[in-house]
Amino acid sequence: MTERPLLLKGGRLMDPGTSRDEIGDLLVRDGRIESAGGVIAGPDGAERIDCKGLVVSPGFVDVHVHLREPGREDVETVATGAAAAAAGGFTSICAMPNTDPVTDNQAAVGFTVRQGILARQARVFPYGAISVGQKGEQLAEFGEMIEAGAVAFSDDGRPVVSAHLMRTALEYARTFDVPVAEHCEDATLAQGGAMNEGALSARLGLKGIPTEAEEIFVIRDILLARRTGGRLHLCHMSTKGSVDLIRWGKLQGIPVTAEVCSHHISLTEDEVTGYNTNAKMNPPLRTAADVASLQEAVKDGTIDILATDHAPHHYDEKEREFPQAPNGVVGLETALGVNIQWLVVPEIITLATLVERMSCAPARIFKLPGGTLRAGGVADITVFNPTEQWIVNPAEFRSKGRNTPYAGRKLTGRTVATIVAGRLVFRR
Amino acid sequence: MTAPLGKDLLGLAPLSAEQIRLILDTAEPFKEISERQIKKVPTLRGMTVVNLFFEPSTRTRISFEFAEKRLSADTVNVATSGSSVVKGETLVDTARNLEAMRIDMVVMRHPSSGAAQFLAERIESNVINAGDGMHEHPTQGLLDLLTLRDRLGDLTGKRVCLVGDVLHSRVARSNIAGLLKLGAEVAVCGPRSLLPNAVDALGVSVFERIEDAIEWADALNVLRLQFERMTAGYIPSQREYNRVFGVSRARLDRAPRDLLILHPGPMNRGVEIDSDVADGPHSVILHQVTNGVAVRMAVLYLLAGGRPDLADAAKGGEARA
Repeated sequence: MTERPLLLKGGRLMDPGTSRDEIGDLLVRDGRIESAGGVIAGPDGAERIDCKGLVVSPGFVDVHVHLREPGREDVETVATGAAAAAAGGFTSICAMPNTDPVTDNQAAVGFTVRQGILARQARVFPYGAISVGQKGEQLAEFGEMIEAGAVAFSDDGRPVVSAHLMRTALEYARTFDVPVAEHCEDATLAQGGAMNEGALSARLGLKGIPTEAEEIFVIRDILLARRTGGRLHLCHMSTKGSVDLIRWGKLQGIPVTAEVCSHHISLTEDEVTGYNTNAKMNPPLRTAADVASLQEAVKDGTIDILATDHAPHHYDEKEREFPQAPNGVVGLETALGVNIQWLVVPEIITLATLVERMSCAPARIFKLPGGTLRAGGVADITVFNPTEQWIVNPAEFRSKGRNTPYAGRKLTGRTVATIVAGRLVFRR
Repeated sequence: MTAPLGKDLLGLAPLSAEQIRLILDTAEPFKEISERQIKKVPTLRGMTVVNLFFEPSTRTRISFEFAEKRLSADTVNVATSGSSVVKGETLVDTARNLEAMRIDMVVMRHPSSGAAQFLAERIESNVINAGDGMHEHPTQGLLDLLTLRDRLGDLTGKRVCLVGDVLHSRVARSNIAGLLKLGAEVAVCGPRSLLPNAVDALGVSVFERIEDAIEWADALNVLRLQFERMTAGYIPSQREYNRVFGVSRARLDRAPRDLLILHPGPMNRGVEIDSDVADGPHSVILHQVTNGVAVRMAVLYLLAGGRPDLADAAKGGEARA
């Protein structure tokens, strides 16, 4: 490492893993946290960053992003996605394998790893596909992909339709002790659906996706995790019913973890009114009761992780008739501000819980570097202003995607600096 | 004066009761034009209207075309099969290209819910929704209202039941919105698999059995089973549907009062409606079609900026305000 040492002066050091929450300095040298806490004089030549009034936390980890490379480099690349992540305060991101071709073998995993290293922004950890070609038939080569750098497996974008295949994946993953992440959707119920099923879908004449389309898979997979002992991770939970089922599963001691996306703890289906395609995602935005239940689940830990499901799309693809527009919104550069605005400002959770759900928990569950400010740990650090109010302007995104439902909205909380392996990769 | 309906007609849900009554009242003097030997007035002379149909249509497209021509507008029909849409052109590009040729109005039929609003927000021309997916078909709703009003008078407290495939029906959504605004009581009747799950939120009551609906109603609007929109088996068979929900002479004979029978067409005879009902004394199905032209003339006139109080005079050639 030839980077200059970094001295973060006078920030609020917040590390839920060690229950630290105090004003102090933090010194980074040779890619590691050399010391944290108290007043540190700092070595000669160190770059000093004044962190007064700012929070210094372990770097955020997003376990659910779509980087579109290979296949749709016009929409996003590993490099632009990793840069967007850094701007959003994320030091690590996990890239879903629904690329073209599908990331379902060691060579494809190695490609994503390489692109991530070349980008020199946030760290990029690939998911491998559960099944070859994400076709839901033949189990993919978990062992080889792990050796190439995969950290978890998912067919995200599609559910694992066959309960037998899901059972097998959970069993097989035990050898490697990695999570199997499920996109919960009963396609026979959800088919053709464009938004949450309910009064609004009835009025707008859009085919609805009932909450049960998600919940049927949630309970199926929890039962399979109970049977197999495999580590089940549930992607992008969107309903109150799912929260209740996960709560039940955890009470039984079943190895299940879950994530929720920023849009599902902040927005309701009302955003779809007027056929706004930037409010179209899968699973869809639900009702206020679902949002409240998900917020509560983030608070009590039923939901372990705050993720984004960052899903860039080309402008032309979203500029379409609603039923034809693709699902998904970008989230890396708004997640912190949304999560603080909708969870911390209304005092549903503390900043410490926010850091736990955005950094410590995902790093722990996916066994990734970071997630702590302990001396000697890797220096993956996020510095953010928890009270700065700002207006979302998609034109300023580092992501190629502009498809956000938050354009023009006021958010609270913004990244000031992002440090990956001791290197300053982003500074506002 | 500002246009009394705004720029576009996208549905009946966004309209006020006053705006709906205004359209119906404006349609009254236009009815007479179609009864003349020379069925033409110069009201919209010099205006260009494009009929943009992304779905097959006979009745609605021809009705609009007659309405436009009887008001002396220049009309162009674009159907998807013969257009650059089949070459992959997007809806917004198609519309912007048409607009670049300096048109005044677009009448659009499209398979996607929300397509009319999508278009209206992106072009300056007036947009008239001629049916968007499963969302709304406002001129059909208006002609149904006009027909009911012709026969039943003031619709306040009148009981209208929509029968059949409400789930896939844009006609049902426009009817429900319009009837409720005009003070009618509205019910739906059909197999639950063809009703929206949240049907109660639409402000209507539900009859599980057609016999009960017939006993309750002053008028039945019998919806077409839309097999082309049914992606999976919503009902066991057409034969069983007719047996359980078909509007038949025998069922109507047991009604406590004569019911008006409406159908938006095209009919599946022997499925949702039996021929002796469709062709019977209480059927107003062809009256609906006649009213369709007058209602569409009224909508074209009002969107073009015509003054409602001058509609009668406009027939004689009074210019647009």
